[in-house]
Amino acid sequence: MAINTAGTMTPKRPAGTLYRGREGMWSWVLHRITGVAIFFFLLVHILDTSMVRISPEAYNAVISTYQNPIMGLGETALVAAIVYHAFNGIRIILIDLWSKGAKYQRVMFWVVIGLWVVTMLGFAPRHLINVFSHVGGA
Amino acid sequence: MATTIESPRAPHTARRSRGVNWEKWGWIYMRASGVVLLVLIFGHLFVNLLVGDGIKAIDFAFVGGKWSDPFWQVWDTLMLWLAMIHGGNGMRTIVNDYATKATTRKVLLGAILVAVVAMIVLGTLVIYTFDPCPAGSPADLLPSFCATR
Ligand code: HEM
Ligand code: HEM
Repeated sequence: MAINTAGTMTPKRPAGTLYRGREGMWSWVLHRITGVAIFFFLLVHILDTSMVRISPEAYNAVISTYQNPIMGLGETALVAAIVYHAFNGIRIILIDLWSKGAKYQRVMFWVVIGLWVVTMLGFAPRHLINVFSHVGGA
Repeated sequence: MATTIESPRAPHTARRSRGVNWEKWGWIYMRASGVVLLVLIFGHLFVNLLVGDGIKAIDFAFVGGKWSDPFWQVWDTLMLWLAMIHGGNGMRTIVNDYATKATTRKVLLGAILVAVVAMIVLGTLVIYTFDPCPAGSPADLLPSFCATR
């Protein structure tokens, strides 16, 4: 802590502010990172889907790379990112448009995390079984 | 140092009264498209990853089956347009936040615009020029309905 001109103490780092380092900030950081990640995936995804216009062989070759176990884990991460971005997006909309939204933003963040956990528990096992049960062909 | 802090809600510039407020419509668009995208993308992921063998079942014949149905053509077209514009506009916000040099910003914003337009045009053409039964392709790679044509 440093003594400022007013003679009071100023913390070097603004610890314990309402926003910084709390749910509000982290929800925003995650929303931003997931948004960028999905955007770049979508660019690649439109290009890989466009292989259907080249030939069935070309499309099948590209899509088969999505079926190996490492990509399976990547797809799980992608879906995790989308599910978070989607649920937190609804939270942002509620903060903006619902009269009590700002008051409950912190509760809603934990609701988003809860819904995310439930959705991923439904999704991940099933997807990973699909990916790993046929490892090595068949 | 005496600094006057303005009332947080005081407008710092004169209110604009003429012309379309694009930033406002962008803001509304992010929210409206977000709600629709949630339904479209969750549906897309459910049908492609959770039904049947999920990702293992995706191949040319699978896409052929889906895009022979106008329902999925429209679904994917909406998803393509809404997601690319939503994502592109979101990326614009981020570039505006971090790119401090005017030239860097212009280059990045231009790149986003080019990418969004190119992907929308390409994706739309792919959906509507798609031929599920291309001549001369091995029948076992094609949707089963091709045999009867
Ligand atoms: C699944 C449904 C989705 C919902 C509900 C949703 C919702 C939102 C909302 C409400 C915002 C905030 C806009 C603002 O602050 O004015 C936003 C930002 C953003 N979204 Fe989405 N979105 C969805 C899907 C997507 C997709 C598919 C992409 C990528 C293609 C994407 C990329 C972004 C980006 C890059 C931002 C900007 C983030 C920032 O400024 O920090 N979103 N989204
Ligand atoms: C790993 C997850 C995903 C898989 C396996 C997958 C698979 C596919 C497949 C097989 C198609 C062909 C047509 C159809 O089935 O409807 C397709 C098209 C499409 N997908 Fe996905 N998808 C995934 C994730 C996503 C996500 C997260 C988005 C949105 C951000 C998305 C957006 C699209 C769009 C816009 C098209 C149409 C492309 C075009 O017009 O050429 N997909 N996807």
